[in-house]
Amino acid sequence: MSGAALADAPAGATRAATSTCAHCGGAAAAGQRFCCAGCGAAFETIQQLGLGTYYRDVVRDTLARRLQPNTEPRTDLARHVRTAQDGSHELTLAVDGLQCGACVWLIESVLARDPRVAGARVNMTTRRLKLSWHGTVDDAASLVGRIEQLGYRLVPFDPACLSAAQDRTGRELLRALAVAGFAAANVMLPAMAIWVGLFSDMGPATRALMHWVSAAIAMPAIIYAVRPFWRSGWGALRQGRTNMDVPISVGVTLVTGMSLVQTINHAEHAYFDGAVSLLFFLLIGRVLDHYARAHARAAAEQLIALQQTDVAMLEPDGTVARRDAAAVPAGARILVAPGERIGVDGEVVQGETTLDTALVTGESLPVSATAGTRVFAGTLNLGAPITVRATAAGGATLLAECVRLMDAAEAKRGRFVMFADRVARHYAPVVHLAALLTFLFWWGVQGMGVADALLIAASVLIITCPCALALAVPAVQVIGTGRLFRRGVLVKSPTALERLAEADIVVFDKTGTLTDPALKLVSTHDPDALKLAATLAATSRHPLSRALAAAAGPVVPAEGVAEVVGAGLACGDIRLGSAAFVGVEATATTPALYLARPGAPVARFDFAEALRPEAAETIAALRGLGLEVQLLSGDREAAVAHAAARAGILTWRAGCSPVDKVAAIEALRASGKRVLMVGDGLNDGPCLAAAHVSISPSTAAEISQNAADVVFQGASLAPVADAIRTARRMKRLCQENIALSLAYNLLMVPVAVAGYVTPWLAALAMSTSSLLVIGNSFRLRRQAR
Amino acid sequence: MTPLLWLIALSVFLGGGGLALFLWASRNGQYDDMDGAAQRILFDDDRK
Repeated sequence: MSGAALADAPAGATRAATSTCAHCGGAAAAGQRFCCAGCGAAFETIQQLGLGTYYRDVVRDTLARRLQPNTEPRTDLARHVRTAQDGSHELTLAVDGLQCGACVWLIESVLARDPRVAGARVNMTTRRLKLSWHGTVDDAASLVGRIEQLGYRLVPFDPACLSAAQDRTGRELLRALAVAGFAAANVMLPAMAIWVGLFSDMGPATRALMHWVSAAIAMPAIIYAVRPFWRSGWGALRQGRTNMDVPISVGVTLVTGMSLVQTINHAEHAYFDGAVSLLFFLLIGRVLDHYARAHARAAAEQLIALQQTDVAMLEPDGTVARRDAAAVPAGARILVAPGERIGVDGEVVQGETTLDTALVTGESLPVSATAGTRVFAGTLNLGAPITVRATAAGGATLLAECVRLMDAAEAKRGRFVMFADRVARHYAPVVHLAALLTFLFWWGVQGMGVADALLIAASVLIITCPCALALAVPAVQVIGTGRLFRRGVLVKSPTALERLAEADIVVFDKTGTLTDPALKLVSTHDPDALKLAATLAATSRHPLSRALAAAAGPVVPAEGVAEVVGAGLACGDIRLGSAAFVGVEATATTPALYLARPGAPVARFDFAEALRPEAAETIAALRGLGLEVQLLSGDREAAVAHAAARAGILTWRAGCSPVDKVAAIEALRASGKRVLMVGDGLNDGPCLAAAHVSISPSTAAEISQNAADVVFQGASLAPVADAIRTARRMKRLCQENIALSLAYNLLMVPVAVAGYVTPWLAALAMSTSSLLVIGNSFRLRRQAR
Repeated sequence: MTPLLWLIALSVFLGGGGLALFLWASRNGQYDDMDGAAQRILFDDDRK
């Protein structure tokens, strides 16, 4: 987050005279090789290890965090270390800042040079580092420190979460796919022979042999690979619903059973090849769909893991230990430094400060806090250090209320039925009825034998078996989800894009969603003062210092700066900080810094929230897409009116509590609207759950990111409009695909009913329709990237 | 007929071998990091 704020374009004039940092690639002051001392040290380390080719190979990723080392407090590593029986230790960490394959190489090479390390492997897909070493548990800190010193940020994963996240469904699907693929390929050998045999002179004995070989290969594979479909279809039937998996399961099972009977009777046709390849095609769709979403979900988990910070807990003996926020018992005392987020819910017991509660209540102006003030996890400490006493998660906290509201909202929302399942609802009964009528006609009216009539009925089922229909939606989903993923939009819910395409009104939260989560320098003043102030501010991690340094552009940090905690920065005669610190009367109503220097009047720097980049353009684009736009905020009226005017939003409401917000969303729903909620705060969680579909920025509170269907990364608001555009295009493609496969079925059903469908014709018809559908889906990729 | 039986058995056996290899590789985690596998080949391992 800090990286993104610092990387923002600085004000015009200062931009021209900059150079590029040799380590992180960010902007550095003119003539300087590095943007900061940390980058210089990292560069030295890499050169000393003889890994300098890294800089030749690295391809910078604009979405990734910049490789700038900073000194965030180290998290509690020992808690997450697992010790194996042979005495080696293992730790899994989320890596922030991976740019490309060169970073993987660099991290692994640096760790491999340490004699303690037994193994270090970075998974680029999940962006996780698995580290194992010999020695003591405490070695973790020094090993992790070596990588953090290069500019990466490492956050440990809880081993309990990791084992839970092991993807059982994915593995089962993949194994089923492998088995079906093996069988589909090998069953073709006898099947081809039989097809050719139809036109030449294959003897009945050879044909029977081929059928038996087919059965031997196909039967076990079908029994194994059809299980995922059976389970899902049976689950739906038990709840009195039907989905696409019902006709698939029934069709495949019936066809396989019929083919076995045919084989035993030495008959002419058996459909083992059709049944197996049908399963193979369907499983390809399932597997791709599953992995695309698992990928997006893992990325979303990673974002949340990276947001986690540990807290400084005051032990009874007076020492300070850094602990995981979850491991803090009620009643414990927590020290919160300026610029740090409070990790727990609690009550201030010591100290006086100002707090930024934007992520919790949506209030954009800092509020003051003294002993006795209730504080919530996620609140940012802007002023002096404070001590907080952690409270148990009781029923009275804001968080508990939000969780309760969310549960209630979710229960009311009702189940969304996927488009494919809505089609299946009408399709399945028609298909099964057609097959039944076909059987009755041939058996009852035409006096055909039961087995032959059943075979014709089964061929109707095979032809209509919704192979293309079942691929129609996943094929589009996979391509669409992947496309959005590459643009930093993570689609977490399987039905999110369908719901997004239906939205007709967008409700934004203001603070942190429409506006940038970080404060921005707003007042104009002489550039010399700004430059000078920035040289001081560059040494501090205080949020206002960071905002000031970001606005001034790269500067050489001043030397010998002393930070007076909670007051300001001093460097000789120059002072930057609060009004009291520089010795003037406070004149600002918004957050401000004052600069005092010899021989010049005191300069004031005002900070305020600013709209996200491309906010107004995005709002206009949403209107262009035919959506209504509203703003619902918990902030004061003046601030909301101002933001609404600049973003071009006409309908807005200020001062909403979480309950008001949910009520507003539900009123909109009651009037028949489909609401897209975009929000980030703890107080937006219930709204996100209540809305038809919801989007969160990746800077949002954890509870909101969990509730949202879609999470977008980056500072710009543009992904919101982009996601809707892609979702609508996907919906149209899905409809086209379904129309295509239905038309195809309509064409083939009379042929099947008449009894003319032979196994080779069924195979041909099925593959053609599937290819047609997949080909149509790929048109989504061709659209302007 | 006999060579035919032999050949069918052989082909199924070979295919089964491929299937077993795939299942082993997937259980072994070789498909866990497709992006990394594609990029690793570009970087020399200098520990020779």
